[in-house]
Amino acid sequence: MLTFTLRRLLFAIPTLLFISLLIFLLVDLAPGSPMSQIPLTVPPEVRLKIMEAMGANEPVMVRYVLWLKQFFVVEPLVLWVHMWGTSFSEGMQRIVSWQSRSPVMDTVVQRLPQTMTVIGTSYVLGVLIALPIGIYSAYRQYSWFDQIGTFVAMIGFSVPTFFTGLVLILVFAVNLQWFPSIYDTSLRVTDWASFVKQAKQMAMPVMVLALYNAAQISRYMRSSMLENLGADYVRTARAKGLSERIVVLKHVVRNSMIPVVTVIALGIPGIFGGAIITEQVFRVNGLGALLIGAIQGSDLPTVQTLTFIFAVLIVLFNLIADILYGLLDPRIRYD
Amino acid sequence: MKMKSALLGAACAFAFAPAAMAERGTDGNVKVLYSQAVSIMNAYLSSGTKDVEVGSLVLEPLAGFDEVGAVYPRLVSELPSLENGGISEDQTSITWKLKEGLLWSDGTPFTADDVVFTAAYCMDPAGGCAQGAKYEGVKTVEALDPLTVKVTFTGPKPNPFNAFVGSTSPILQKAQFANCMGAAAPTCTDANFKPIGTGPFMVTDFKVNDSVELAANPNYRDPAKPAFATLSVKGGGDAASAARAVVETGEFDYAWNTQINPELQAQMISGGKGQFVSGFGTLVERIEMNLTDPSPDLAEGERATVKHPHPILSDLNVRKALSMAIDRNLLVEVGYGAAGRPTCNLVPAPAIYASPNTDCLTQDMDGAKALLDAAGWTVGADGIREKDGKKFKLLYQTSVNPVRQDFQALIKGWWNELGVDVELKSIDGGVFFGGDAGSPDTFQKFYADVEMYANNFDGTDPEPYVAQYTCDKIPSPESQWQGENINRFCDPAYDALVAELIQTRDEAKRAELVIRMNEMLTKDTYTIVPLVDRGRLSAHSNTLGGVVLNVWDSEMGNVENWFRIK
Repeated sequence: MLTFTLRRLLFAIPTLLFISLLIFLLVDLAPGSPMSQIPLTVPPEVRLKIMEAMGANEPVMVRYVLWLKQFFVVEPLVLWVHMWGTSFSEGMQRIVSWQSRSPVMDTVVQRLPQTMTVIGTSYVLGVLIALPIGIYSAYRQYSWFDQIGTFVAMIGFSVPTFFTGLVLILVFAVNLQWFPSIYDTSLRVTDWASFVKQAKQMAMPVMVLALYNAAQISRYMRSSMLENLGADYVRTARAKGLSERIVVLKHVVRNSMIPVVTVIALGIPGIFGGAIITEQVFRVNGLGALLIGAIQGSDLPTVQTLTFIFAVLIVLFNLIADILYGLLDPRIRYD
Repeated sequence: MKMKSALLGAACAFAFAPAAMAERGTDGNVKVLYSQAVSIMNAYLSSGTKDVEVGSLVLEPLAGFDEVGAVYPRLVSELPSLENGGISEDQTSITWKLKEGLLWSDGTPFTADDVVFTAAYCMDPAGGCAQGAKYEGVKTVEALDPLTVKVTFTGPKPNPFNAFVGSTSPILQKAQFANCMGAAAPTCTDANFKPIGTGPFMVTDFKVNDSVELAANPNYRDPAKPAFATLSVKGGGDAASAARAVVETGEFDYAWNTQINPELQAQMISGGKGQFVSGFGTLVERIEMNLTDPSPDLAEGERATVKHPHPILSDLNVRKALSMAIDRNLLVEVGYGAAGRPTCNLVPAPAIYASPNTDCLTQDMDGAKALLDAAGWTVGADGIREKDGKKFKLLYQTSVNPVRQDFQALIKGWWNELGVDVELKSIDGGVFFGGDAGSPDTFQKFYADVEMYANNFDGTDPEPYVAQYTCDKIPSPESQWQGENINRFCDPAYDALVAELIQTRDEAKRAELVIRMNEMLTKDTYTIVPLVDRGRLSAHSNTLGGVVLNVWDSEMGNVENWFRIK
C-alpha cells in the first residue's frame, strides 16, 4: 500500500505540472482583459502604465515561469516564514492579484473558513440526510417512502441552485422575513445571540446545497443497497436465522458503503471549490465567490492560482478515495 | 392648560432632539451595499468607481465637487482664485492654503509635506498610478511652509482644479506610504487596505472583494460629525438584489448604483422600506457611426481605417435619417425610467457647457424616409433600400447588458421601418471594452457599422473629452488600435477649435467653444448620435437622512452629514 501511495504521488507531479500549463494557457487565451475594468475616462497612456505595472504585458511563457516560481518556491517559503518566524522570503515577489494588488494566498486563507463552514456544513448535512433515506428507500423499494424520496431527489438533482436560492430568498427573506438574504461576513460568534444570528444566516445557503448534495448521495446509496440486497450472502445470512436488523445494518449497509464512500470522498474537493453560484446568490464570501469575481474582473493571477489549487485537491482526493477503497474492501489489494 | 403646554413642550423637545443631540457616533451603525465588492481603498491603484467611492470615506482631497458640480474647499481654508492670488496671473501655478490644526486619524498633524508626497507617489513612472491623468501638466509640487502648497504647471492651465480635487485625487499620509513608492506600491497591502485618512471614518477591518468595516474618525475636524459610530460596506451580488435589500426588505440602509428597469423599481417601492434617488452627470448612452469601411472583404490592416471611407454612412443625410427614426422618449421609458432622460448632446452638463439643441427629441419617421429617398436610397423589391446595386445593411454592435439588448431591438425595429437591414451583435463587456489589439471585437477596432455604449468625463471640465475627436486620436493598426476618436472623425476646423480651447482661459468663451464642438459632432454631422443622458440611481432606506446623491464626485461625498431619522 505504501509503495502504491508513493508511486501515485510521484505520478501526480507531472500530471499537475501539465494541468497547470493547460490552465494557464486556457485562462490566458480566454477573451477579456483587465483593461475592461478601467473606466473609459482614463486616457490610453495611463492605461498602458497600469498594465505595465501589473506585469500584464509580458509574454505568456515569461508569466507562466514566473507564476511557477511564485507558486512552488515563494509561497511555500512565505508559509514557512509565517509558521517558524525566519526571514527567507523577504523581498520576494508573491502572487499578486490584479484587482486588489494584494497576495492571492492571503485572500484564499481569509476566505477558506467561510467556505468550510457553509459549504462543509451543507455537505455533512447532505450526507447525514442522504444515507438513511437511501438505505430505507432501497429496503422498501417502490413503497410510498421510496416514491417520495425519488421525487425529492429528482427535484434536488434537476432544479438549479440559483433557482432554489432565489425561491428561498423570496419566501423566507422577503415574505416571511425569517432569515437575512445577505450573509454578514463580519459577524463574530461570541455568545448565544450571535450564534443564533450565524445559524440564521447560514440556514438558506445550507438548505439549498444540502438538498442538492443529499439528492445525489441518496441515489448512490439506494442503488448500491439494491444491488447488495439481492446478493447470495444476504440470503445466506437470512437462512442462518439472523434478525432482519442485523442483516440490513451489519451486512448489507457495510458492503453498500464501499462505493458510496468513494463518491463522498470525491465530492470533498468540491467543498473547497465552494458553490460558486450559491455563494454569489447569498453573498457568502467564500472561494467560489472569489473565483467568479476574479473571472469577471479578468484577474488572471487569482483565477490561475485558485483553479490550480482545486486541481491539486481533486488529484489528492482521488488518491485518498483509492486508498479508502483498499482499506474498506479486503478483496482489493494494490500491491 | 398646564398639562397641555407641558405636553406640547415635551413634544417639541422630542422633535428637536435629533438636532440638539448632534454628536459624533450617537446613531449607531449604518449599512451600505455595493453590488461590486471593494478591492482596495487606495484610489491611486484602482480606477474602479466602487474602490474610489468607498476609499473616499477615509481619504479626502484638498477640494471636492458638490452636487451641482461646483468646487468647494475640504482640507483648505479657502479656494484659490485669481482674486485672492491663489491662482497666478499667468495661470501657471496654484497655491493651496491648508486648514490649521488638521489631524490624521492616527493623531499626527496633516501638513503640506503629505500633499507634496501624494503628487510624487502618483507621478512615479514605475507605480502605474491609475489617476495619472489628474496630475497631467503638473511640473512641480512644493511646500512653501507647513500649511502652503504650490503647484506649478508646465504651461497656463485654464482649469487648475485637477490635481488634489475630487475623490479620484485624495491625499495620502506620507508617513504611511513613504516605502510604497513606484514599483513597491502593490507590496504595501496593509496601507492600501487600511489607509490613514482625514475623512469622517477610518477602516477597522478590510476583507478583499467582500466587506469593509469602518468606525468614526476620533480626530475628524468637526467634533459633531459623523453621526454614525460605525459604517459597514458589504459588496457583491447584483443591482436588483441590492435594491431589494434596501427598498423591499430593509436589511441595508444604502445601495449604490441600483440600475434596474422602471417596472421592477415600482414593484420594489411597494415594499415601503426605502426609496430610489437619482442624479444626472455627464454619462451619455450613444450610437457611434463608423466613418470608415469595416467590411471583412478588406485586407486586415486596412479594414476600418481612414483609407476606406464608409460606403453608406459617409453621407451626412443617411446618418441624420438614422437618428431621426429613433424615439428617444420611448427608450428612456423602457430602459431607465426616472434615471434617464433623452438627450441630443454629447456634453449634457454642466449647464454652461450644454448645447440647447433639442432637434432630435421628436421622432420623425416620414422625414427620415424622405431624406433617404433624396439621398438616392430607394426601397427595393424586398423592402430593403438600395443604391447603385448596394443594399442598405448595417451591423450594429454593443456590449452584453439587458438594457442595451432592449435598445438594440427597439432601434432595429425603427430602422427596419426605414427600409434598413440591421444585423445585431452583442459582445461580452470584458472583450468589448478590453482594448486587446488582437481581438476583432473591441469598441476601438469598431469592425461594425454602428455601435452603442456610454461614456462620460471625469470632473466638470469637458476639455479632455471634446479633445478626443482630433484627427491624430483615430485608432489604427499603427497605434495598436489605441485612441479615443472611435468614429474616425477628422475635420481640420475641429482640430483648430481644440487648439483654441486649450489656449482659452475665459470661462464664457470656453463654454461657447465646447458647445460649438459638441454641435459639430452631433447635430451638424450626426457622427455621434446621443440617446439617453443616464443618471445615477441609488437607493436608501426611509430611516437614513442627509443623503445627497452627488454625481460629480464620490456618491458618498457627504457621508459625514448622514444621520438616522428617529
